[in-house]
Amino acid sequence: MPIQEETIEQVNLATSKYKYGFSTDLEVDKAPKGLDENIIRLISSKKNEPEWMLDWRLKAFEIWKKMKEPEWAKVNYPKIDYQDIYYYSAPKNTEKLKSLDEVDPELLKTYEKLGIPLNEQKALAGVAVDAVFDSVSVVTTFRKQLEEKGVIFCPISEAIKTHPELVKKYIGSVIPRHDNYFSALNSAVFTDGSFVYIPKGVRCPMELSTYFRINEKNTGQFERTLIIADDDSYVSYLEGCTAPQRDENQLHAAVVELITHDNAEIKYSTVQNWFPGDENGKGGIFNFVTKRGSCLGKNSKISWTQVETGSAVTWKYPSCILHGDNSVGEFYSVAITNNFQQADTGTKMIHLGKNTKSTIISKGISAGKSQNTYRGKVLMQPGAKNARNFTQCDSLLIGDKCGAHTIPYITSKNPSANIEHEATTSKISEDQLFYCLSRGLSEEEAVSLIVNGFCKEVMKELPMEFSVEAQKLIGISLEGSVG
Amino acid sequence: MSLLKIEDLYASIGDEKILNGLSLQINAGETHAIMGPNGSGKSTLSYVLSGREDYDVSKGSVFLDSKEILDIEADERSRLGLFLAFQYPIELPGVTGMTFLRTIINSSRVAKNLPELEGIELVKLIREKAAELEISQDMLKRFVNVGFSGGEKKRFEILQMALLDPKIAVLDETDSGLDVDALRIVGKGVTNLKSKDRGMLVITHYQRLLDHIIPDFVHIMVKGKIIQSGGPDLAKLVEKEGYKSFLNGN
Repeated sequence: MPIQEETIEQVNLATSKYKYGFSTDLEVDKAPKGLDENIIRLISSKKNEPEWMLDWRLKAFEIWKKMKEPEWAKVNYPKIDYQDIYYYSAPKNTEKLKSLDEVDPELLKTYEKLGIPLNEQKALAGVAVDAVFDSVSVVTTFRKQLEEKGVIFCPISEAIKTHPELVKKYIGSVIPRHDNYFSALNSAVFTDGSFVYIPKGVRCPMELSTYFRINEKNTGQFERTLIIADDDSYVSYLEGCTAPQRDENQLHAAVVELITHDNAEIKYSTVQNWFPGDENGKGGIFNFVTKRGSCLGKNSKISWTQVETGSAVTWKYPSCILHGDNSVGEFYSVAITNNFQQADTGTKMIHLGKNTKSTIISKGISAGKSQNTYRGKVLMQPGAKNARNFTQCDSLLIGDKCGAHTIPYITSKNPSANIEHEATTSKISEDQLFYCLSRGLSEEEAVSLIVNGFCKEVMKELPMEFSVEAQKLIGISLEGSVG
Repeated sequence: MSLLKIEDLYASIGDEKILNGLSLQINAGETHAIMGPNGSGKSTLSYVLSGREDYDVSKGSVFLDSKEILDIEADERSRLGLFLAFQYPIELPGVTGMTFLRTIINSSRVAKNLPELEGIELVKLIREKAAELEISQDMLKRFVNVGFSGGEKKRFEILQMALLDPKIAVLDETDSGLDVDALRIVGKGVTNLKSKDRGMLVITHYQRLLDHIIPDFVHIMVKGKIIQSGGPDLAKLVEKEGYKSFLNGN
């Protein structure tokens, strides 16, 4: 067999072993299938929400009903029947937990299997974790230590009740309900997610992290994350996601909003490993996510880093709106697709303020019969005097049945703005593989080495706690620790 | 004892027959040179030995340390102790020299049931061997073979050979693309790697490499087989008279 084909097989083999493909048997509390006003009222009442929140949701539902599912992305998937999805599913007896002892042991076991240390005594890295299981945040660790600094890190369902003034002010302020079809849907039915507020002048003492896990069948996950960094503050936030291996597709439509005030910085990292479907393209998560940050304050900074390896279909554009003068937006992305996966991902950098700066580094790796698209928008508004953007999009192909596409949209309305765009497409050649093989590396090791080298610029942006996991995920050895 | 034994080897690519009954035996401690005109099948021999899959081997066998290797994959052959220094080393963009060396060293150590080397120990080992080949630290920070000069490429090949410490080293046209100074460094590097436990097969078109790597035996290869063998003097004869006389004699 030619090396090329064999490599494809090897990569297939490696990636088809989805190690998070187990499911957990738990007693769950489920709302009936389908979506109508009553379901939204039920979700809201399950969460004991105030009236204003319910009204906000219902308005979103009205908006959503008038909208059409977008079709512009370069992805194909069967029509989603929105009435055939459960919108609320929660492990029983997990509300209002005071300590880990009260958490269902089955649930703790699940997170243990996922390698997520919920047990604070055992948490080595000092990462505070919010774990979201299906629709409900089950546990948030290290809350005490964070509270001492004035940092709020809690499920958003709780923040709605305990910090309504903050939630009211910021929810939907970056991504309005009518922004797009999925943001409207999320606004109507979101069940949980994380809320973070970093007060003025505080550097968050530890990494904050949320792990999302879809467990139940036919269940959609609609989480909502809201992070606010007040003046002169800093936070690094990590997000991980997994789901069981199931034959049918599951919908994940999250909304993440970030806000930075003057001189504040948010670093947001994602390792997305939702079940990608099997080698025949059966099953897998539809990942339709809206993520956007608003650099409201001057000199503020928002940095998105993502490693996307999972999901059957990905539709995701973590973006930055650079309002504040001298504010900075960054987007570092590795997107790997294999088998029949489809990814249409990229970013939008909207420059409004003076001297705003953005950097986009996108690395797409396609294997099998997958399609990998970078779609990015850089817009310099008239006020964006001396704004700068640098974009680099690199695609790596493994085999000859996959596709890589780069679709940049660039608009400048200010003549002093400076925009640079570089793009390359390369292929792992048979010569490269043979060269590595002749040095004793297996084909898997060889592909890892080459892919790792290809992604290096992005991987080094990940926080330590995550980079190990991400590197394991891509099946590669640690780069750059020597020499 | 014989480290490499090639017996009556026939190989082709597509319809083209390239190796036509080649036999050769290399014992531990010996350095053999194969010389031949263009198209005689020299590079094919190196690829067939190292396990490149584009070739059909229709007949014959190859033993490495008495183990038949023709059915074994290229990476496994390497782990068994076979090394090929490429005529045209391949570029690996994004992979730094240091990372590449660390990966191949540890992969080979694992194969030998040795613990992996980390940190200082590893860096020391690499730096020491690199210095012998006049390879700078800066060069190791660059991507493998990307933008390397001809000399840098060949020195990097020999560095890999030094670090992998193979039983049999096959050097394919190692002198091609080298200026006089680079030839001297590479020649010295290879000569330093001669040992009583190692066999070497130097494949070359020109005699000049053999001034730097003195072979114990010289073989003339024409149309896919060895037509004459002798000592270093045979190489001198080639230089003086060209391959013509051998071709006519065939």
